[in-house]
Order: sequence, then structure tokens, then C-alpha cells
Amino acid sequence: MNNITISPEDRNKKFLNKLKERDVDVQACYQCGRCSAGCPIGEFFDLNVMEVVRLATYGMEEPLLNCHTIWLCAACETCATRCPNDIEIAGLMDVLREIALRKGVTPAEPRVPLFHKAFLGSISHWGRAYEIGMIAGYKINSRDLLGDMKLGLNMFLKGKLKLTPHSIKGKSDMKQIFSGKGKEYDR
Amino acid sequence: MKLSYYPGCSLEGTALDYDQSVRELCTHLGVELVDIPDWNCCGASSAHMTDHEVGIRLPLRNLLQVTGSGHDILVPCAACFQRLRAADKEMRDNPVHWDIVGSVPEFEIVHISTFLARPEILEKIRDKVSQPLSGLPVACYYGCLSLRHPHITGAPNWEMPVNLECIIEALGAKPVNWSHRTECCSGSLTMARPDIARKLVGDIAVAAKRAGATAMVTDCPMCQANMESRQLDLGGKDDLPVFFATELIIAAIEGKYPKKQQKVHLVSPDVVTQHFDSTATEDSV
Repeated sequence: MNNITISPEDRNKKFLNKLKERDVDVQACYQCGRCSAGCPIGEFFDLNVMEVVRLATYGMEEPLLNCHTIWLCAACETCATRCPNDIEIAGLMDVLREIALRKGVTPAEPRVPLFHKAFLGSISHWGRAYEIGMIAGYKINSRDLLGDMKLGLNMFLKGKLKLTPHSIKGKSDMKQIFSGKGKEYDR
Repeated sequence: MKLSYYPGCSLEGTALDYDQSVRELCTHLGVELVDIPDWNCCGASSAHMTDHEVGIRLPLRNLLQVTGSGHDILVPCAACFQRLRAADKEMRDNPVHWDIVGSVPEFEIVHISTFLARPEILEKIRDKVSQPLSGLPVACYYGCLSLRHPHITGAPNWEMPVNLECIIEALGAKPVNWSHRTECCSGSLTMARPDIARKLVGDIAVAAKRAGATAMVTDCPMCQANMESRQLDLGGKDDLPVFFATELIIAAIEGKYPKKQQKVHLVSPDVVTQHFDSTATEDSV
């Protein structure tokens, strides 16, 4: 880990309030390291899981929003499940990704949020995931046009990719959900 | 017995055969499945990872679409199961925030293996097996989302689950003891970071082989697709085919593993095909 200066003056109280709201009690962390030890993706992280929690306890939002870790976390929940103090660490990662996107922070792993965007775009449009459309959207936006071509073709030939999307009837519900239902009373 | 049924998007696409095997198995078991009307995507990892409100409201809509309350909801996909359970918990903990009008509906959301491993269902399966998978060494692979977080999934044995082993034993196969049963295969990253997926899948496959398995069995469509496809990428020789538990149950009940089913696998499913061939030959001797 690079040296990051932690100072009480820098703590972002709004961020800490947000964590409280979502029942992520980072203050309960005593740095035992079980979260980092069990993380299946830890070797690819720039900040390891216990460092993420530590920075969060100090309200150090900025290095967290800019790190690779929040995008490489696969949400497998191993860390949260094994935390002796029951800290919802996977929930912390969710909050960090959400704030990073809302603030427009350039993601350290741009392909990951592009994939999420393509996936959710498909759902907001059809109500269900339409794999071919989603993959095409992701490929174009990420410019990763050639990756997994062979696999895609293989899947297609095996009839694993549906040609036409299924559109649900309750599309108006999708529209409401994706236009911020529930956030009306945020401020 | 009647159950509400939430197939989820994978079971209409990459795991279409999983859906077919679940429905077929339920017919064998005398279980009537009532699809949740006009169900929508649960949002999978992408929704809750980027937007909490969307991540709950997508699965929540499905729970509110359930008709004929009182029936439990059967979910074959581990990711859908976890998301529906998360929405269920939110709906009960904070109905006002989630705009629940009237009373909160009553049902239990059940993942397929939990359902199939119930003693009375296992008994039925045992009775119906016409051709056991005798001695086939299988690595039961759970992955993440049917187990974690136990606060959400309600899984009683999240570090040492036994459901798949119970099911596989009922078919006469031999579950191996191995290390990576509940490790993540990084399904949610497989498109954006295939290099990470290859590393994790490779480790899991090596561990299964080390324990003597010749096949893997799972109950998660993301694990199934990711484990088979990323093993191919690695270009090794003895790749392990990954079967859905329901697919093997049907094969053991019907005493055959048809061509149509063999074809959906990216990794050759010969170990199971041969098993049926060889036992058929033995029978005819």
C-alpha cells in the first residue's frame, strides 16, 4: 500500500453518515484481517480489503473512490460473512461504487462499470436481460471487440444465446425504477 | 405440491437447459410450478453493485407479482435467489421505504438444492432412480450466492454446505472431499476481466481434480457457464464438465443422457455419457 496520510480533519462526515444509513458499521473493525485473508480476488487489488475498511473508518473517501479494488470486488460476500464484528464489507463496496458513479469519478477499472451499464441498459429497456444486445453494447462501449469472440460464437452455435429479446408487460415499472424511484425524498 | 417459480434471465438464455431440467424434474416429483406472472430481471450483481434502490426495487417487483400467496417460491439460479431474498428482507424490515401497500405477502424463497435436499424429496428421488451414477467421483461446487451472506440466504451451513452432496449421493455418485466448494469463480467479472476469471476457475478446477473428481456439479448458472468456458480458455487437457444437479437427477431417473443434452456443454460431458453407455453394455451382457 502506498502511504496515505490519515487525518481527522479530512474525514468526510457525509460519507460516514451514508455508511451509517446503510448499516455498515466500519467503526467496529479491529483490523484482524480475516476479510483480506479470505478474499478470492485479493491478489489483484491495489488496496486490500482491511485497508479499504480502515480508510472508510477514517472517512477517507477520495483514495477509496479512485482505487481498483472497488471495481474488482466480485461481491462474493466472503469478507462480510467471515467478519467477526459482522461488518457488511460487501455493502461498503456497494456504497463506494455508487458514490464513485454519482460523483463521476473516472473508474480505475473502466470496463467493469461499462459492463454493469450495458447489463442494466438491457433490463431498463426490456425488463429482462437480453444477452446478445447486452454483449454488443458492452463490446462497443469498451472497445473490447475481439475478446471472447470464439466463446461467443461457441455459445451461439450451442443455442445458448437467445436471438430475440423478451419484453415484459410492466415496462412502465422499469421506467419508474430506473428513473430514481425511492430517491424522491433524498433531500 | 404447488410452488411459485422464478426462472430468471439466465434460464431463458445461456442456461435454457437448466430451466428445462428443473421443470421436467418437478413433473417427476409431482410438484406444480406456477411462474411468477410477467417476472422481470432481478438486477443480478450489476444493479446492487451500482445503485442500491434499483438493486432492491428490481427483485422486489417480482415478489409483489406473486399470485396465490402461501406457496413458497422456487429459484434455480443462485444469484436470483440471493437478490430476491435481499428484497424480501428489505420489504419486511422497512415496508414504508419500499412503498409496500397493504400487508406484506407471506412466502418463503427457496433455492433449488435446499428444496431437493429435503428428506421427503430425496426419498422420492432415490425411489425414482432407474440407473444410478454408481461410483462417479463428483466435486459438488456451490460458489457464493446461494450461501452468502447467511443473513440474507438463511443458509445454515454456509462454510460447509451439504445439500448438493446429499443429492449426488441419492443418485449413487460419490461426492469427493475438496477444498474449493464455496470459493468464488468471479462470474460477475468474467466479461470485463477474463484474466481474473481464468485464474479463479483454474484454481477451482485444479482443486477438484486433485481430489479425484472427474466432473463437477453445481446449482448456479453463472458458475456453470463460467467454469466451463474459462477452463477452455486455459487450454488444458482434462477439463472437467460442469453439470447442473437437476440434469444429473433426470439422467439417473430416466436412465439415459440424451445427445441433445450432451451438446449444450462446452466441455465434453463424456464421463457421464460413457457411464450410461458402459452400464448399458453391462446390463446387456
